[in-house]
Amino acid sequence: MIRQWIGRFIRHIDSILLATVLMVLVVALMVLYSASGQVLTKVNAQAINIIVMMSVMLLVANTQPLFIERIALPVYLFGLTLLLAVALIGDISHGARRWLNLGVTKIQPSELMKLAVPIMLAWYFSKRETMLRTADYVVAGVILLVPVLLIAKQPDLGTATLVFASGFFVIFLAGLSWKFIFGSAIAFGAALPILWSMLHDYQRRRVEILIDPSQDPLGAGYHIIQATIAIGSGGMTGKGWLNGTQSQLDFVPERTTDFIFAVFAEEFGLVGCCLLLLLFTIIIGRAFIIASQAKNTFSRLLAGSIAATFFTYCFVNMGMVSGILPVVGIPLPLVSYGGTSLLTLGLSLGLLMSVQSHKRLVATD
Amino acid sequence: MGYSTELKNHQNEQHKFRVRLVFLVLMVLAAFSALVGRFYFLQVYRYDYYQTLAENNRISIVPITPNRGLISDRNGIILAHNFFVYTLEITPSKTDDLQDTIEDLGKLVEISATDMKRFKKLRSQSHTFESIPIRTHLNEYEAAKFAVNRFRFPGVELKSRLFRHYPYGTLGTHAIGYISRINENDLKQLKENNQLSNYKGTEHIGKAGVEQAYETELHGITGFQQVEIDADGRAVRVLSSASPTSGNNIVLSVDAKMQEIAEHEFAGRRGALVAIQPKTGEVLAMVSMPSFDANLFVDGIDYDNWNLLNNSPDKPLINRSLKGIYPPGSTFKPFVALAGLESGKRLPPFTINDPGYFTLPNSRHRYRDWKPSGHGAVDMRKAITVSCDTFFYGLAMELGIDRLTDFVRHFGFGEKTNIDIQGELSGLLPTPAWKQKRYKQPWYMGETVIVGIGQGYTLVTPMQLAYATATLANSGKAIRPHLVNAIVSAKTNEVKLLPHAIADQVNLNPSNLETVKLGMMDVTQPGGTAAAIGANAGYLIAAKTGTAQVVGIKQNEKYNEKLIAERHRDHAWFISYAPADDPKIAVAVIVENGSHGGSTAGPIARKVMDYYLLGKVPVDPAAASVTEPAVANAPEEEEPHD
Repeated sequence: MIRQWIGRFIRHIDSILLATVLMVLVVALMVLYSASGQVLTKVNAQAINIIVMMSVMLLVANTQPLFIERIALPVYLFGLTLLLAVALIGDISHGARRWLNLGVTKIQPSELMKLAVPIMLAWYFSKRETMLRTADYVVAGVILLVPVLLIAKQPDLGTATLVFASGFFVIFLAGLSWKFIFGSAIAFGAALPILWSMLHDYQRRRVEILIDPSQDPLGAGYHIIQATIAIGSGGMTGKGWLNGTQSQLDFVPERTTDFIFAVFAEEFGLVGCCLLLLLFTIIIGRAFIIASQAKNTFSRLLAGSIAATFFTYCFVNMGMVSGILPVVGIPLPLVSYGGTSLLTLGLSLGLLMSVQSHKRLVATD
Repeated sequence: MGYSTELKNHQNEQHKFRVRLVFLVLMVLAAFSALVGRFYFLQVYRYDYYQTLAENNRISIVPITPNRGLISDRNGIILAHNFFVYTLEITPSKTDDLQDTIEDLGKLVEISATDMKRFKKLRSQSHTFESIPIRTHLNEYEAAKFAVNRFRFPGVELKSRLFRHYPYGTLGTHAIGYISRINENDLKQLKENNQLSNYKGTEHIGKAGVEQAYETELHGITGFQQVEIDADGRAVRVLSSASPTSGNNIVLSVDAKMQEIAEHEFAGRRGALVAIQPKTGEVLAMVSMPSFDANLFVDGIDYDNWNLLNNSPDKPLINRSLKGIYPPGSTFKPFVALAGLESGKRLPPFTINDPGYFTLPNSRHRYRDWKPSGHGAVDMRKAITVSCDTFFYGLAMELGIDRLTDFVRHFGFGEKTNIDIQGELSGLLPTPAWKQKRYKQPWYMGETVIVGIGQGYTLVTPMQLAYATATLANSGKAIRPHLVNAIVSAKTNEVKLLPHAIADQVNLNPSNLETVKLGMMDVTQPGGTAAAIGANAGYLIAAKTGTAQVVGIKQNEKYNEKLIAERHRDHAWFISYAPADDPKIAVAVIVENGSHGGSTAGPIARKVMDYYLLGKVPVDPAAASVTEPAVANAPEEEEPHD
């Protein structure tokens, strides 16, 4: 009886996705152990985070996509309200207003929008379905840009960019005209010099240091320089687990969170990096397959967006740590230490599995 | 129809979606390929570069500076040693606000205006990430007070450092020299000599005197500790280490007590004294007055003291014994006399009748004797004894400038003595060739005449004159003068005696030498120019007085000491050696503006010789600070006291 119940419950799990994710998580815990100076505290905490993440994933995988569709609008509006509340009465920490103090706990509503926005947009496009007009893209643009601008104003450009990306992928997959995409890209390119002149000095400086971190070796460039040294000194096969000198001796900053990839690259080398990239590619590829097999608009848009957003996280983080993209506070999915990121990932992976396992039901609808 | 359209639409839509997905897949592949390319670039193509950077990052070489060698006098009295002191040091780049930090520190420990000035000066010479002392010589109470409050002062550190100390302050500073902070020039020099790595961690270097000349012996070999460090520079563990080798100790030939007596006897007057052992070249005393406190330079001298020393009209910073160049005056005469005798131009009994002046043939210009009435009948011996100018005018003329200078050059005139410390000047022995080159003018006979009495262009340093006197006392055997007798290895305690180098051997006819020596002995006898110096000596003194003109006296003008400003008075020279029959010490003294060699310079030489030959110490409490060492082996360092 119970076995049957369990069987029904785990039936919704996508084995390829789960296996790959578990492999990444094992590597992640090893790297975390190394990065936290071979102390188990963070590893234990992360293990609990993973259990929570897995539970959420299982739960969401067992949820009908239809249910997600139904709650799309309320969740979006709830998130938007919280964002407005943050803008008005939020707590300031480190010069940015990101947190909402609920008395018992502090929450960061922008985190919620990472999924609420693409779900909302997928829902919107599924409602309009076959008769999309320009007006619909305008509405979608508003749905997307209102939370993005609120987050950007906190200011939290990193999260704003990611929320924008996750929403944009939905609009893109929904069929936003190529003309518009290229037109915007060209317009943006043309506006770049004007934008540059509008930036604050410190913002320009950040861009300059991004291009050449050696300009400020003891300040902003320090993270990047130390991270690139860590990666570069890893060589072909790495210095071996627990033997990364850069990481073990505190040279790599934020090495359990945003810069954990530097620790990994130092200890496992190019071979390790390529294998990790392969695992990520499998996850992303599997997500794309799920999206392409999905039988209704909402599911495919959501799955496609989740896949592309997951990719964006990976690329931006690794690009940042290896010094080809600006330093924005983005964790490496599944690998970086932190509960919030894992929770969001659990939700995302659960949504993907839900889409995959409920496709027949949806198709026969 | 409706159904098929919807199906078609549906398929059409899915097709469109898949096209978009393919686009995204391509984007993913492109981006990940870019990442692989970047990883390849960092981890394979640039691997060596980053590998090196990582190694340098984690391994730090921490130098362990060696203890600087001690300097003692010939009897073991320590003249330069090291001791630990607490210093407060600030690294400007690590402080939040330098001004506030110093202000707050000032509330905790006293920071004087002098400290501030020194700090500002050092700061202007250093990088912001260098640690600069703000306060030195903290006592234990102050050190503890800071230690308790250190959390309030990021960028400020309490350090225990070995400090060089010269216990007798101004005593013999010009011989001992001093150390001071390494500057850009020193660094350049060290780099050229491939010594830079040995000076990692060393902050001071010898700048003058023995401290400078024997820097390589005194410094020692820096030890190293290879430590693994974390990003904050904290040592995590020691990988390997090599202990430092202390610098070698140096034993001077200088007798500190004699040095002290001599300095004291100058009694505030300017001048110099050099005492040499004729047979060995050992410099027993090297005085340049006024002196200065070498300890001022160790911490980095402040502006006020520097200006005081540098702008003083007494020029205390100049080592007069090596850099002071004066006309030798009549002290030159014994050497001219020897030149006359050795050349055969004069025989010892040759006698002139001195009318009080000398004239060149076909000239009405009178070269006056210092005694207007003249000395009457004068032979060689008497000419030296009474310092007869007329006799030497004529001799110089007959010798000619070239023959004269060629001869006396063997006694070291016009050339460096090559004493074992730096900065020596070579004086000047004028020749027609030199004058042509220098002034583009021919040499005049009159100029030869006045060289005969040590005037004109002739210039000597007190060291040169002492060396020449010692060479004369040693019967023509010139021994290179030196300040250092021995180097004692810090490792093995092995004593390495430095050899006495023969610089020149002047072959002199013994009877000629005897004539000159007798003349010089008569100088300190009744009737001589320095009769008072020889009185009640208990040993025989050979000497010669001299005066070096500071301002020229015009023809038909009289030199009137009382009417001339003190600084325009003549310099007083005195050279001597004793005992005259078996010379153990040769002394040259100059007292600037001291007028008469016999009355001002002579007594100083006498005190020095009395001390050396008879062990007499002047009864004067002020002169009794240098004491014999209580223990043979002084401790290497002292613990911080007071």
